[in-house]
Amino acid sequence: MVRRPSRRAYIGQWVLLAGVVAFGWLLTDMVAENYARKNLHFGFGFLADQAHFDIPFHLISWDLFDTYARTLLVCFLNTALVAALAIVTASLSGLLVGVMRLSVNWLVRNIALAFIEFVRNTPQLVQLIFWYVGVLQTLPSPRNSIHLPGGVLLNIRGLYVPDAVMRSDGGMLSWLALAALVLTPFAWRLRVGSVRVGPRALFLPLLALILFAAGVDHIEYPVLSGFNLAGGTQVPPELAALWVGLSIYATAFIAEIVRGSIEAISKGQHEAALSLGLKAWQRLFLVVLPQALRIMVPQLTSQYLNIIKSTTLGAAVAYPELMQIFAGTVMQQAAKEVETMVTVMAIFVAVNLAGSALMNWYNRRVTLVER
Amino acid sequence: MVGGPASGVRSHGTGSGDLVPGKVEGAVARVTDWLRRNLFSSIANTVLTVAVLAALAWVVPPFVEWALTDATVSGAAKAACTGDGACWTFIRIRFPQFFYGHYPSEEIWRVNLAGLLLAAFSIPVLRDNTRRRGLWLLLLLTVFPVLAGILLVGGLPGLPYVDTSQWGGLMLDVLIAFVVVAGSLPFGIILALGRRSQLPVVRTLSVGFIELWRAMPLLTVITMSAVMLPVFLPEGVHIDRLIRALVVLVLFNAAYMAETVRGGLQGVEVGQEEAAYSVGLKWWQVEAFVVLPQALRYVMPGIVNNVVDLFKDTTLVTIIGLFDILGAVNQAIKDPAWLGLAHEGYVFTMVVFFTCCFAMSSYARRMERRLNRHRTGRH
Amino acid sequence: MHYITRVATCCAIVAGMVGYTAGSWAQEVKSATIDAIKKRGELICGVDTGIPGFAFQDSAGKWSGLDISYCRALATAVLGSADKVKFIGTTSKVRFSVLQSGEIDVLIRDSTLTLTRNTELGLATGANNFFTGEAFMVKKALNVAHAKELNGATICVLTGTTLELNIADYGRANNIKINTLLFERPEEAFAAAEAGRCDGYTDDGGSVAAARSSMKSPDDWVILPELISREFLGSYTRQGDERWNILVRWTHMAMLEAEVLGITQANVDEIKKSATNPEVRGFLGLEENFGKKLGVDNEWAYRIVKEVGNYGGNYDKYFGPLKLPRGWNDLYTKGGLQYPLPWR
Repeated sequence: MVRRPSRRAYIGQWVLLAGVVAFGWLLTDMVAENYARKNLHFGFGFLADQAHFDIPFHLISWDLFDTYARTLLVCFLNTALVAALAIVTASLSGLLVGVMRLSVNWLVRNIALAFIEFVRNTPQLVQLIFWYVGVLQTLPSPRNSIHLPGGVLLNIRGLYVPDAVMRSDGGMLSWLALAALVLTPFAWRLRVGSVRVGPRALFLPLLALILFAAGVDHIEYPVLSGFNLAGGTQVPPELAALWVGLSIYATAFIAEIVRGSIEAISKGQHEAALSLGLKAWQRLFLVVLPQALRIMVPQLTSQYLNIIKSTTLGAAVAYPELMQIFAGTVMQQAAKEVETMVTVMAIFVAVNLAGSALMNWYNRRVTLVER
Repeated sequence: MVGGPASGVRSHGTGSGDLVPGKVEGAVARVTDWLRRNLFSSIANTVLTVAVLAALAWVVPPFVEWALTDATVSGAAKAACTGDGACWTFIRIRFPQFFYGHYPSEEIWRVNLAGLLLAAFSIPVLRDNTRRRGLWLLLLLTVFPVLAGILLVGGLPGLPYVDTSQWGGLMLDVLIAFVVVAGSLPFGIILALGRRSQLPVVRTLSVGFIELWRAMPLLTVITMSAVMLPVFLPEGVHIDRLIRALVVLVLFNAAYMAETVRGGLQGVEVGQEEAAYSVGLKWWQVEAFVVLPQALRYVMPGIVNNVVDLFKDTTLVTIIGLFDILGAVNQAIKDPAWLGLAHEGYVFTMVVFFTCCFAMSSYARRMERRLNRHRTGRH
Repeated sequence: MHYITRVATCCAIVAGMVGYTAGSWAQEVKSATIDAIKKRGELICGVDTGIPGFAFQDSAGKWSGLDISYCRALATAVLGSADKVKFIGTTSKVRFSVLQSGEIDVLIRDSTLTLTRNTELGLATGANNFFTGEAFMVKKALNVAHAKELNGATICVLTGTTLELNIADYGRANNIKINTLLFERPEEAFAAAEAGRCDGYTDDGGSVAAARSSMKSPDDWVILPELISREFLGSYTRQGDERWNILVRWTHMAMLEAEVLGITQANVDEIKKSATNPEVRGFLGLEENFGKKLGVDNEWAYRIVKEVGNYGGNYDKYFGPLKLPRGWNDLYTKGGLQYPLPWR
C-alpha cells in the first residue's frame, strides 16, 4: 500500500514458509516416533467401542453400552444446550443492565456499575464454583424440597418441573404447535394488501398453545420416591450453576457493550426523538437501539463465542460437556489422548470460525455506506 | 439532558455578611435538589428508588452481619470460630499458603522483595509523565526477571535453593501473569505486524495463527499442554509442567494481544508511514520508531485489559494440578481441621482478585480518558 | 622365552576374559531410569493429590501415607536416603500421561492394575501394594444395608477411573440403575456427598475409608459390605525398563518380607546386631548379595526398614485411624493376600 516490499522480503517469506512446514514435519515425525516407542496406535477406531459409563445428563437417549461416537454427540448437545441458554439469558439481562447503567436514577445506575465491576474483576472459575458449591449445594435435600407454585419442586438434586405427557397421537399436534410458534415473526412482518399483520400475528402463539394442550394426555408431577424425586423433568444443579455462572459473567460484558453502543449514537438522535414527544422507552426501542445494534453486533458476537468457549469450565461443576466427558473420561478410558483432544479442539475451532464468518456477513450487510 | 426536567438551584441571597446560615441553607438545598433530580424525578423513578432500597435492605444487612459483625478473626483453630458469622481465622492462619504456596517460611522475605522490585520497576512504566518510559520498560523486561529469578530460586550463598514445585499461591498467579505478558506482548506485536504485511505468506500465516488460537477455549489449551504436549517431545526430554503451561499460555495470549495491537495500528494515520518512508527509513525502522510507539500508546488501555483478563485466567491452572491460590484454597477447605469453610475461602479469593483487577482496570480507564482528551483536543 | 611368552599370553587372555566378564557382571544391571535417578540425586514419584491413607499433604507441605512410604522406600533403596524424593500430586486425568512422558519415574497412586492399562497405555505393572474392591459409602439415615438396594440412587464418582465402568456392569448384572455424578477431584466429590447432592460416594475400599474420615461427622456414614469389583492397587512404570520395574516390585516385597520375618522399625538395629537366622541375615545384607543383584547396595532392605518401616507398621499408621481392618491386606500367613516371594 505504502511501499512495495523488497525482493529480499519476497524470498524471505518463502523461506519462512519452508521453515514452518519443516517444523510441522518434525512434530509429526516426533509423534509417530513416540507412538511407536510406546506401542500406542493412532486412530479413530475407538469411536466404535462401547462406553460402559453413565452420563449424568443427556438430551438424547443414552444407554451404558452406547458407543464413544454417541458420547461425542451427547456431549456436543449438552454443550450446545447450555451455550444457547446462556446466550439468550445473557443477552436479555445484559440489555437490561446496560440500560440501567444509563438511567437517570443514581441508585440504579450505581448498583449496575457495582455489579458490572465486581463480576468483571473476579475470575470466572471462582464465580462458577461459588454458584455450585456456595449456593446450589446449600439447597435442602429431596425430602425437604422447596415447593414452588405450579407443582415445581426445588432441592439440592435440581429443579423439578412437571412434565406434560403427550397422548400417543399427540405427536402431530406438537409439530403443528411448534410450526405455528416459529412462523410468528414471519407473520408479523407479512403484508396483506396494504395492511401489515403486525400484532395480530400474536394469534399464532395462542393457537400453538391450544394445539399443544390438546395433545396432552396428563401432567406428571414430581413426587418423592425412594432416593430421589420421580416424574417430571429435572434440571440438574450442574446445568443451573453453569447456566447462571456463564450468564452473569457475560451480562457484565454485554452491559458495557450495550452502554458503549448507546452512548455512541449521536446526541442529535436523542434530542430529535425527544422533540417529537416520544417517551423514554419509545426513544430507546424505536430510535436508539436499532442504530446501536449495528455497532453492537461484532462485539456481541465475540461475547457469544466467549460463552461457547467458556462452557468448557463445566468440568469444574461436574456438568457433562465436551471437555469433561470426551476429552476427559473417554480420553482416560480409551487411552487416546491425542485423538480426543484434537477432536474437541477441532469442534471448537469450527464453531468459532463459523460464528466469525456469520458475523462478518451480517456486518457487511448492515454497514452504513458513508457518503 | 436526557431525562427529567432540571430544576434550578435556589439562590440564597444572604449577602456576604451572614456566612454560616447561608452555607447551611445552600448545602441543604444542594442535597435536596440532587435527591430530587437523581432519585425522585418522576413517579416511576420514585417507585424504582424505593424498590431498590427495599432490595438492598433485604440483601445487604445479612451479608454484613455474616462477613463483619458476627465474624471471628482471632484464635488459632476452628474451635475459636464461635457464632454464626464468617470464620476469618481460617484465612488468617492459612494466609501464607494462599499467598506463597509451600515456599519455606524463613525465605518468604525473598518473595516480598521480588514483589517490591516488580512494583519499583513497573511504576515508572505506568506513570503519567515518565520521561524515558521505553527505557524503564526494557529494564522491566530484562533486568527485573533476572533479579527476581535469582531471588526466588536461590542457589547462591545466603540464598538457599527453593525448588519450583514449592512455589504456589497468589505468587504463582502473579508470576505466570508477568511471564506470559512479557512473552506474549512482543510476539503479539510481531503477529499484528505480520497480519498487515503485504507478503501473502506472512499474512496468511499470521491470520491463521491468530484465528486458530483465538478459536480454542483456554481450558482446552491448558489441558493440551499437560496431556498432549509430551507426545511432541523427543525421548528423554521432559519439560516441567509449569513451563509447558507457560509456553502454551504465551502463544494463546499472543493471539489476543495481536488483535488489540492491530486496532492500534489501524488507528495510526497512513500519513505517518508515508512521511517516514519519504525520509528514507527502512521498513523495520518505520515500524519500530514511528508506527508502533503511536499505536501502543493508543492501545495501552486495551493491553491492560488483556492483562487483567489473563490474570483472572491464571486460576485455570488448578485444573492441571498447579498449586495457585485457587488450588491452595481448595486444599485448605478439605483439610480435616477446617472443614465446612468453603464460603470464606471463595469470598476471600474473590476479594483478592477484585482488589488487584479493579486497580488495574481503573488505571486502564484513567489512561483511556487521558488519551482521549489528548487526542480530541479541545472539542 | 617361547614357553614363557606362551604362558604369559595365555594368562593375559584368561585375565582379560575374566576381567571382561567380571566387569559385565558389575554392569549387568542396565536401567535408564535408575541411572537417571542416580544422576539427578532424587526420585520423582507420582502420587495422589491428597487422600488420607494413601497420600496426604498437611498444611506444612509434608506428605504422608502408604503410597508415600512406598516411594520413600524406593528412594532409600536407590539413593541411600528416604528423603531424596520429590512427590508430584497427579489427578486421575493426567496420572498416566505424566508417567508416559517421563516427568515422573514411577506412579504409586492407588491405581488399579488392569489389562487395558498394561496394554493400551504402554505401562508395566509393579507390585500390588493394596488389595481392595470398589465400595460404597452412604448416609446411615438412608437405611441402606446392601449395594443392591441402591436402585435409583445417585452416587458421586471420580472421572477417568475404573469405578464408572464397574458401576455400569454391576447395575446391568443386578438389574438396577445407579445414577452417577462425575467429578474431577476427590474434594469436589466429598463436598457434594456431604451437602447431599448425591446419596453416597464410591471409590476403592481404602479411599472410601479415607473419604469417611474427611466428612464432618464420620459416624453418620456407613460403608456397605459389598465390594462390587476387584481393585488391586499398585505401582506402574514405563515399559522398556525391566530392571527398574523389578526393583520397584521387590522394594514392596522387602517391606512384606520384613513383616514376615518380624523385623520392625523399632527392632531392626537390635536384630542386625544379633541375627543368626540365614534368612534374616540375607535380608539385612549381612550375607548373600541380594542388593547387588538388584542393582543397589546390600544395605537397601535394612535402610528401608530403618527409615520407612515394614508394610504392617505403615498400614497401621495410615489406615488404623481410618478404622479399616487389614482384611485382604494382611500377610498370607494370616489369611490375607500380601505375600513376598522367596529371596533365594
